[in-house]
This record gives sequence, C-alpha cells and structure tokens, in this order.
Amino acid sequence: MGEPRPEVLRLEGITRDFGEGEARTQVLRGVDFTLRRGEFAALMGPSGSGKSTLLHIMGLLDRPTSGRILLGGEDTGAMDDDQLTRRRGTTLGFVFQFHHLLPGFTALENVMIPMAAAKGRLDASMLECGRALLDRVGLSARADNRVTTLSGGQAQRVAIARSLAMDPGIVLADEPTGNLDTQTADDVFSLLREVNQRQKVTFLVVTHDRRLAERTDRIIELVDGRIVSDQANER
Amino acid sequence: MRFEVFIAVRYLKEGKAQTALVLGGTAVGVAVLIFLTALIGGLQRTLVAQTLSAQAHILVKAPERLARPLPASSAVADHVEKVPDRIRSIEQWQQVLESVRAIPGVVAATPTAAGSAFASRGPATKSVALRGIDPSTFSQVIEIVPKMKAGRFALEGTEAIIGTVLASDLGVAVGDKVRLATPEGRGDVFTIAGIFDLGNKDVNQRWVFVPLRSAQTLLDVPGGATTLEVKVAEIFEAERLAREIQRSYGLAADSWMEVNQQLLVGLRSQSASSWMIQALVVLAVTLGIASVLGVSVIQKSREIGILKATGTTTRTIQRIFLLEGAIVGAVGSVLGAVLGSAMALAFANLARGPTGAPLFPVDLTPGLFLGAATVAILTGTLAAWFPASRAARLDPAEVIRYG
Repeated sequence: MGEPRPEVLRLEGITRDFGEGEARTQVLRGVDFTLRRGEFAALMGPSGSGKSTLLHIMGLLDRPTSGRILLGGEDTGAMDDDQLTRRRGTTLGFVFQFHHLLPGFTALENVMIPMAAAKGRLDASMLECGRALLDRVGLSARADNRVTTLSGGQAQRVAIARSLAMDPGIVLADEPTGNLDTQTADDVFSLLREVNQRQKVTFLVVTHDRRLAERTDRIIELVDGRIVSDQANER
Repeated sequence: MRFEVFIAVRYLKEGKAQTALVLGGTAVGVAVLIFLTALIGGLQRTLVAQTLSAQAHILVKAPERLARPLPASSAVADHVEKVPDRIRSIEQWQQVLESVRAIPGVVAATPTAAGSAFASRGPATKSVALRGIDPSTFSQVIEIVPKMKAGRFALEGTEAIIGTVLASDLGVAVGDKVRLATPEGRGDVFTIAGIFDLGNKDVNQRWVFVPLRSAQTLLDVPGGATTLEVKVAEIFEAERLAREIQRSYGLAADSWMEVNQQLLVGLRSQSASSWMIQALVVLAVTLGIASVLGVSVIQKSREIGILKATGTTTRTIQRIFLLEGAIVGAVGSVLGAVLGSAMALAFANLARGPTGAPLFPVDLTPGLFLGAATVAILTGTLAAWFPASRAARLDPAEVIRYG
C-alpha cells in the first residue's frame, strides 16, 4: 500500500443553522470528513439534505455556525471576508448547476475573470491562458462568442474552464450536469474526470444521478444534515 | 487595464438604455449648471460694467460740515438741521491725490471740480452738471475715449465736451458754441470739442466737461477740487479702500458699492437664487444616478455573487460601482458642457440689443467647465456610494442559491 495522499480539505463538526428563535432550522448537524489530493468524490442526498449548504461552506462562500474548516491545513475560521474571498479565488474552483457565467461577457472573458480579479488587472498572459483552458474543454472555436449564444453543455464547459483558471487544488461542482440532457451530462462528467486524472485536481461533485456517482472514487451520502455513508466506490 | 475599469465599462455598455438615461440626466444637469452660471456671470459682469461705465469706483469729497451746539448750552436737541453747504474744495487736494494714488490697489485718481450750471444756446436752456476735469487723468478713471461719438476727448481753453442727448436738446454739434452759467451768475461761452455717449441717458443729458481751471472759476473754487475720483484694480475692494481713505485723510469717501446698494442687493439675490437652483439640480442628478445604479445592483445581484464566488473582493465590487458613478459623471459632464455651451451661445445670439451686441453676454470660461466636471464626477461617485455599498454587502451564497 502506498503513502496516503495529503489532505487538502478537512471539515470538523460543521453545523449550520438558519433563522432565529422558533424559526431556527439546523441544516447541517455535525459534518466531518476529509478530502485528499486528487480524489474524485460524489456528494449525494435527497433534496433539502444540506448538500448545497455544505458545498458553500466548503467553498468558503458561507460560514458554519460551528465547527472548523481546514484548507491545506490552515484554519479558515479566523480569516476576514476579503481573505476568504482571495483564498477562494486562488485555491477553489466552482461549477454550478446553472453554469452562472456572466451573460454580458464572452466565453474567454468569463474564463479570465478569476485571474483578473486575483491580479487586479487584465493582461495578455491571461488571454493565452484563457484560450488554452477553453481549448482543453473543446471550446476554442467559441472563445469570442458571448456566453448567451452557447448551448447548455457548452456553457457548462466554459464554467469548467473558468473553475480551472487559477489552477485550483479543489473544484466543487454543484449538480454540474443537473440541467443537461443525458448525453451532454455524460460528456461533461467525462471532462471533469479527465481533468481530475490529468491534473490531480480534487473534485467534489454534488449529484442526484446515481449512475454518474458510480463513476467516482468515493460516494458520500448526506441525509438530514448528517453523513450517513462515506464509502470508497468499487468500480 | 484595471479589472474594476473593465467590469464597470462593460456593465455600462451592457445596460445601454439605463446608461443612456442616466447619462442624459447627468448631461442635462451639467448643462443647466453651465448655462445658468455662464448667463448669470455674464449678466452680472455686464450690469456692473454698465453701472461703472460712467462712475468712478470711489468718490472722495470734503467732509460734511456738522452743526455745532452753542457752547455752555444745557439744551437737548431733538432735531439737528443740516448746515446748508456751498461748494467746497478738498483742502490740500494735490497732496491727498498723490497719497491716494500711492495706496496699493488704486489704479488711477483724478481731481474734478463739480457743480450745477445752465447750458444755453439761443432760446434753449438746460440744467446741467458741470464737471471740471483734467482729461488725461480723467480718462484713466472713466473709460470715455472709446465712447466719443464726435470730436475728441481733449479740452483746451474754453472748450467743452457734452453728451449726445444734451447735444440733441440744444441742437449743437462739434465746433458750435454754448453758454455755460452757474446759478450765481458766473458764465462763459464754450466751444463744443466733442460729444460722448456713456450709455446712460441721464449722464448723456446732464454731464458737461470743461477744463478744471474753467470750472474752478465758474464755481468759485479757485485752484480747488471738489472731488477726487478713484479707480481701483479689484472693484469689490472699493468699499474697503474707501473706508481706508476716509480714515486716513478725514475726508468723505463713497464707494460705488455704497452708492449702488440696491444693485448689489439685486446681484446677491440673483446669485443666491442661482445657487439654490443649481443645488437642486445637483440633488436631482444625484438621486437620478443613485436610483439607476440602485436598480442595476438589484438586477446584477447574481452576477455580483458570481464575481465574489470567483475571487472578487468586497472592496473591488464597491469600486466597480463607484467607478460606474464617476464614469457617468465624467462622460455626462462632457456631454453637458457641449449642451450647456450650445444653450448659452444660442441664448446670447437670440437676444441682441439695437447695436447688435448680445443683451445677455455669457461667461464660458475654462474654470466653469472644470468646476462643472468636478461637481459632476463627485456627484456621480457620491450617488454611487449607496448602491456600491449595497452591492458589496451581498452574500454570494444567498444570491447564487436564490438568484
């Protein structure tokens, strides 16, 4: 047996409450797990089980009510909002169900935005890098098209290219194929897998689709805000 | 290119209708600022210039004689009658004149001997204001040479210069003779050397210039000067300098500001109302920009969330919207400057006097454009503050989840 792969993200006792007083709802009830470098994991669970909330907390978009998030071994609890944003921009990539691209911008500009936000300016090197990323997801021909002219599958590919713009260690994908037809969903999922294997990027993919989840290395199941199952996937 | 500039410019280009509306509003606001300031500035400058065209900035006279109570009298006066005063010369006026000329801020000063007289030619007799002057120094105080309609502005021996209205009333032209006599009966015949038009009917009807020496004889003030007329460099400093002269020499000194108090009150009220209108325009522009950017922030909530999720900091988001406000202010001020200048020039061209000169001259100075642009950019940035802060506070998780 080889050396265990290094931890990239660890959650310890994560809870998340919404609302106040009697309207208070506990969405996450103590979640612990660890993601290791190069893992390709699926997060499954019924609607309302807290998957998206957990993903937002892991992605530093939201803060837990209690518990710790260790990103690359560093506790993020003491970071202020701007520090979290910078950390998010440089270490984490996101792919959302509805791609969430900026509609007034081209595919290439959308891919360049995380790089420009991190550097505070746009330069020629970003153009090159953006084109290379679009090439990797098979969309170099549509680089200068507005994203509103792209199909759902193409937009999701642009979103994947954008998530890789800062060469992140972890990509968090919230039902990235939920809005696509079966064939396109398969293609997009294959693309994620390919990036994972080629670049050793850690992926956590939220999905309802058991068929796609079966193609990952590990399936974590969340029910009522608790992890009820966390198993390596035998393929 | 800076990231904030890239996003702000793109957002403005993207929302074409909104941007056009807010730019239009800002441009109209800036145009009103420029138009009003140029018009009121020009109007006030012309009014003051016209008022001072036939008036020295400061008139220095002999002090008023005061009624003195009888010595050792215990009576309490409830009414003091003014002493009837004859024409009196300023004592040692030559020395005073030299000292006044040396006061910093004084450009020129000239002595005059002034009093009432009658001008007659044949059966026509008119009451006039006789003014004995030294033409070379007088023309330094009142710009009269360019306003000569006939003849020349020079006086020798028994020559006189009169206004256009008096010339018409008496039916005289250059080279004709008129008799000038004081109520006391001293008189002489003068030859008309020139006819002026100072743009004031009363002045053109009543003023008669004769050599200082002739006036001294006619008014019985041998070698004297009843008034020193002073021109200053900065016209609104006239009152201060008049008080200084009064204090230093114990003479009566009246500035044009004191003589024309109603005009001054009028000018100040005009300025105040203009400022108030401009302040309301700036407020309207501020609210306009703030509301359009406010709507834009609501419309772009999801995009702001995406920008934050992909590494754009709160401060950068804030700067994007502040920049949008500043850009709207800057572009709006350029458009407004063009519109405001066109409005001001069109207005000046529409209203012309009988001579063809604009009735409402406009003051379009570089300072005005710079001022209007500064106000517009500051207004834009300030107006964007609230929407920008709102955008910066948006919770990315919430807007991504709920759109």
